[in-house]
Amino acid sequence: MAFSFFNKLKEGLDKTRKGITDKIDDLFNNYGEIDDALFDELEEILIMADVGMSTTLKLIENLRTELKVRKVKEASEVKTVFKDVVEAMLRENNNEPFHVGDVPTIVMVIGVNGVGKTTSIGKIAHMVKAEGKSVLIAAADTFRAAAIDQLKVWGDRVGVHVIHQSEGSDPAAVIYDAIQSAKAKKIDVLICDTAGRLHNKVNLMNELAKVFRIIDREYPDAKREVLLVLDATTGQNAIQQAKVFNEAAQISGIVLTKLDGTAKGGVVMAINSALNIPVKLIGVGEGIDDLQLFDPHDFVEALFSSK
Amino acid sequence: MAFESLSEKLQGAFNQLRGRGKLNEKDVKDAMREVKLALLEADVNFKVVKDFINTVTERAIGESVMQSLTPGQQVIKIVSDELTNLMGKTQSKIEFSSKPPTVIMMAGLQGAGKTTTCGKLGSLLKKQGKRPLLIACDVYRPAAIQQLKVVGEKVGVPVFEMGSDVNPVKIAKAGLEHAIHFNNDVVIIDTAGRLHIDESLMQELIEMKEVVSPKEILLVLDAMTGQDAVNVAEHFNKQLEISGVILTKLDGDTRGGAALSVRAVMGKPIKYACIGEKLTDIEEFYPDRMASRILGMGDVMTLIEKAQENFDEEKAKKLEKKMKNQTFDFEDFLDQLEQLQNMGPIGDLLGMIPGMKNNKSLQGMEVNDKDLTRTKAIIQSMTKKERLDPDLINSSRKKRIAAGCGLHVSDVNRLLKQFEQTKKMMKQFGGMEKKMKRGGGMKFPFF
Repeated sequence: MAFSFFNKLKEGLDKTRKGITDKIDDLFNNYGEIDDALFDELEEILIMADVGMSTTLKLIENLRTELKVRKVKEASEVKTVFKDVVEAMLRENNNEPFHVGDVPTIVMVIGVNGVGKTTSIGKIAHMVKAEGKSVLIAAADTFRAAAIDQLKVWGDRVGVHVIHQSEGSDPAAVIYDAIQSAKAKKIDVLICDTAGRLHNKVNLMNELAKVFRIIDREYPDAKREVLLVLDATTGQNAIQQAKVFNEAAQISGIVLTKLDGTAKGGVVMAINSALNIPVKLIGVGEGIDDLQLFDPHDFVEALFSSK
Repeated sequence: MAFESLSEKLQGAFNQLRGRGKLNEKDVKDAMREVKLALLEADVNFKVVKDFINTVTERAIGESVMQSLTPGQQVIKIVSDELTNLMGKTQSKIEFSSKPPTVIMMAGLQGAGKTTTCGKLGSLLKKQGKRPLLIACDVYRPAAIQQLKVVGEKVGVPVFEMGSDVNPVKIAKAGLEHAIHFNNDVVIIDTAGRLHIDESLMQELIEMKEVVSPKEILLVLDAMTGQDAVNVAEHFNKQLEISGVILTKLDGDTRGGAALSVRAVMGKPIKYACIGEKLTDIEEFYPDRMASRILGMGDVMTLIEKAQENFDEEKAKKLEKKMKNQTFDFEDFLDQLEQLQNMGPIGDLLGMIPGMKNNKSLQGMEVNDKDLTRTKAIIQSMTKKERLDPDLINSSRKKRIAAGCGLHVSDVNRLLKQFEQTKKMMKQFGGMEKKMKRGGGMKFPFF
């Protein structure tokens, strides 16, 4: 299990790895001694990987300190140290993997448009159901055309009932309905879809706050999991998204999707460093099983290991 | 508004230069470092930034700048010029085939906004007098076809579909034949989102291209994309030879560096930008205006166009008369409000006015479109008679109006007072008009 998981992750991250590590390997092999040029190049590589300027500088600084502490002199050893440095930064926050322990749990899935919320919900429902929990989905994206239909297809695929109203109805009302239904049927996990919204739209963020008030009032005993879905191809704006969504709804974790592209995934480090919000799940493909628990070690290993 | 923080940062960098008599090389280099950081934080591609900085530094350090009286201003001008250069100098439009139908193929990653953009583009072309047809070729994502149908219905553009069990290439071909038969002069093909490295899916697009021979292949690109944008665009271009880019989600904050990068690296023009959730929120992309938006110099041209587009000439003439005769009433007021609302969110409009974006007193001030809606509600709660003659409104009428719109009497009072002030203002405006005409002034919806 552990092995196959690692392989899957590695497969998904193959492109990521090629992006970052080939260059890093080139780099380390080309320099005999550690000099400023090496750090400059390293900086460039990290920026190209969407790590972001400030996190990059921080990582490089950490690397410098660590190299001194460990008294590393050879450029070829730098890679091992760097792996440790990156992983240490990822581990700074307690990255508890996604797990539905207590029931009932309500999982809210939020994010900007087009990051893969609905697809992620299908996958999460599948994952939780496989653990033997009863699951219900609330289709509270009442804004985007056919979002409800899309979720219904996923519901059929996974074998989970989807609570919905018509397009354009009040999302808070859908959530209210779903909560009542979940209570009546003693459902373990209620997963709520929400409409994609750009984080700078004040009224839409207020709407989200309203939904959370409904949950406070109607379902206070449910454990709450608020997952922000982020697209790995997104650049530095991902940090801003996480910040603003976190203000409207206390985010408990991040789902990083579309890591199977050429996207470098560096945004994970930036978010971790800037916001202390753990990454809990990663999407590495379009299949129903292509959602994995985030593990800093495996992530960094897969990122740095050569084939 | 997009690019906000980039323009703020650049302004910050230049405030140091502005107003200084002499610059030395170090001054310029320091400022350029700020520019570099700002651009990188806005997700402009690293290599593009490097080239850009080199070009600007070279020009800025040149003789003429150093000896000019206002070197700071000169440097800003250089940055502005080069940014415009980077964006592409001229505006690119859709090319229509001499022999219709013109085939437009959309392509892009998952979640970039292809389906919504198809609807927006269809609606825009319809407004321009075309007879577009949308073809639903995304057979993979659940309910994508349904989404396109809903979008098409909303904008009144027909959608051709064959369900999700048919090969997309076949659908495209059948759709094209349908268009010829029904006399549609533009077809827009919605395709499934795909990774640029997914060879089998890319192959499908290549086949489709061969079958329908599109005039335009437009890459739909999320404006929030990071460094990977160039990668994605280059892959799509290599396989399909795209003719241009549509930038989506530009109404998000800060970023948009992808726009700069893709244009600079590939030399393909950005043809449209999507700037909102409404199906009318698509506009032609003007590179020079975008460059001035980045620099925080406002976008007056777009504002004026928006005003003209939503401005009813006849109503305006009537209004002018009423203003002169002092018979402006609540009916006219309501008209004005509606015209203003048609132009888009007030906050966006303000951002287009030069100087407004960085105006400290405006920061933190929430320009609330809801206030407009409330005002409308109050007016709509008045009887026709009351609207034409506001003096009629006594306290019992006020109570009734307040109950009708679900607000307080104080709100009604406030509006009445505002209305009086507006009337007074208009009186003054009447006097100003003569002066404005001399300066080639423009008319403008106001309230």
